[in-house]
Amino acid sequence: MDSIISLIQAAIVFGTVIMLGAVGESLTEKSGSLNLGVPGIMYLGGIAGLVGVFFYENAVSEPNSIACVVIALACALAASFLAGLIYSFLTITLRANQNVTGLTLTIFGSGVANFFGGSLNKLSGGIGQVSVSTTSSAFRATVPALSNLGVAGKIFFSYGFMVYAAIAIGVLSQIFLSKTRAGLNLRAVGENPATADATGINVIKYKYLGVCFGAAISGLGGLYYVMDYTKGTWSNDCTIESLGWLALALVIFSAWKPKKVIWGSYLFGILYWMYFYISGLNRSSQELFKMLPYLVTIVVLIISSLHKNKENQPPQSLGLAYFREER
Amino acid sequence: MDNSVQEPFIRIARREDMIWWKAWIIRGIALLLSLVVCAVVIFAIVKMNPINVYQTMFKGAFGSTRRTWITIRDTMMLLCISIGLAPAFKMKFWNIGAEGQILVGGVVTAACMIYLTNFPTPLLFLAMIATSCIAGAMWGFLPAIFKAKFNTNETLFTLMMNYVAIQLTSFAVAKWENPYGSNTVGIINSSTKIGWMPGLFGKEYMLHLIIVLALAIGMYIYLKKSKQGYEIAVVGDSENTARYAGISVSKVIIRTMLISGGICGLSGFLAVSGASHTISTSTAGGRGFTAIIVAWLAKFNTITMIAISLLLIFLQNGAVEIASKYGLNDYASKMITGIILFFILGSEFFINYSLIFRGGKKNKKEE
Repeated sequence: MDSIISLIQAAIVFGTVIMLGAVGESLTEKSGSLNLGVPGIMYLGGIAGLVGVFFYENAVSEPNSIACVVIALACALAASFLAGLIYSFLTITLRANQNVTGLTLTIFGSGVANFFGGSLNKLSGGIGQVSVSTTSSAFRATVPALSNLGVAGKIFFSYGFMVYAAIAIGVLSQIFLSKTRAGLNLRAVGENPATADATGINVIKYKYLGVCFGAAISGLGGLYYVMDYTKGTWSNDCTIESLGWLALALVIFSAWKPKKVIWGSYLFGILYWMYFYISGLNRSSQELFKMLPYLVTIVVLIISSLHKNKENQPPQSLGLAYFREER
Repeated sequence: MDNSVQEPFIRIARREDMIWWKAWIIRGIALLLSLVVCAVVIFAIVKMNPINVYQTMFKGAFGSTRRTWITIRDTMMLLCISIGLAPAFKMKFWNIGAEGQILVGGVVTAACMIYLTNFPTPLLFLAMIATSCIAGAMWGFLPAIFKAKFNTNETLFTLMMNYVAIQLTSFAVAKWENPYGSNTVGIINSSTKIGWMPGLFGKEYMLHLIIVLALAIGMYIYLKKSKQGYEIAVVGDSENTARYAGISVSKVIIRTMLISGGICGLSGFLAVSGASHTISTSTAGGRGFTAIIVAWLAKFNTITMIAISLLLIFLQNGAVEIASKYGLNDYASKMITGIILFFILGSEFFINYSLIFRGGKKNKKEE
């Protein structure tokens, strides 16, 4: 029983990182842009939040935890929004290839983040580890009355506020896409920009907003990873990058629907951590188990292309640049 | 008031006929601008004269014979992957899976080095080359057959295959780890040097240079002069045209991806047998992704790829030198690479499109 609870807890914490990444990328892809820069954006969001808070915590003697959270969120949102802006300027205005621009953004983001992350470790003095403890504990704070409710408390209430915020963002994105006029316009732009243009929708504006807000949400995934998953520290491994690719996989898995992203992310979390709870696995077969989320995504990708179900197809103009004069 | 519609301030028109040297001037300007931006960034971080920075970078990449050869080796590695990607991209098949194809090629090469130690040397090399090509080709074949039969999105499929390959590599590393508990394979056959790629003419990496340059020329001829290369170009331009002309599109897709994956697998052999003599998840080290950018910028021309790979490797090895000299970490090179690529990608716009300003000389665009 205890191991099942801890598996669920690990899956939810893990899932939240990729959920935020994938919800943002869903919005982006619905507007017709295949942004392969998600890992880079998550890197930038994470490092910007960490650097902002690091300077704040070092500047004042008693950092205020609410200010910490606000600064972290603001820095992460601003950095990832800016990354989205670079991507959209290059692909939408300058019509550069989306795949190549996205990959460049990933290279750039991982370079910037690991460079400053590594330097921060150095700046913080001989300890070798940067740590923003006040912010991290603010991110991980739970409501004591709820988290002590036994099993239910452990499963549902033992997380920081970002876990619930992520679900809210996912639900709101779904409502936005399926119930609002602006969401409908955004989807029209992603399906067929020429038709959308003909009906008077400002295609360029929607594409820009789709990419930039999508990027901002994805960036929060990086921030959550840094503040909660690694408890406010930075290490120069490539975990964020692999989580970013997993977020891209999740977008495909959930057929570009934020509501499916929500449970899909927890499922990926369970698939990812399952090896830890299956006894009798040695280290090498554990590695094989970690393939599962990717294999599942490939299978889903194949099945959805076999079925030709209109509901589960990628946005029609995904990955294509739109140029009004060129038909 | 005869004009009911106001002319927009800037209009954008496609142009197809830019002379090649003008295009290269634009790219050169973009490169210069990006170097200026990088210099500002570097100055802001390390407070040192940017000219010295670029001098240090040059020293890092070409400062001694040994360094020059390492730069050549790394360039050839990147070039080899880019050559592998060229036919796939020319077919408009987005093979994002080079990273995985390199890794599986590297894993089977390492397996040959570990298990086939009693093979005679020529046979061992034959086995390593053949199996690494086959492994890479298989990694390319899977997405290709689903693309050909069911039109499954190849960008996403090949991307996922990378991670399957990474986990497979982790599996192999855990299996072969040496010494036990280190979670690395260590240098394979460090004393006997069995399966290590030999040097030529006294130069350790001469063989790399010859193999990869031969591949570059071969691929150039294959794409430009052969019937199969022409089929690739037709499928890339329009699948319907290809079908109308009697080309079997699915056959071309599968054949091309076998070639593409095979060459990427071969570069895994180069990385393991020819350079690191070990295998880890960082054997590919993101080069599979960088090569995509090289192939795209070179417009699938394998000869142009030589120059672009050399530029990127120069930046990378140069930045490593700066990093070690000033005690920074060498991720700075990725940052610099990113900035430069942003500029070069953006510059393509000014080559493919012309801007026409309102009230400008209207007839000017005709010339």
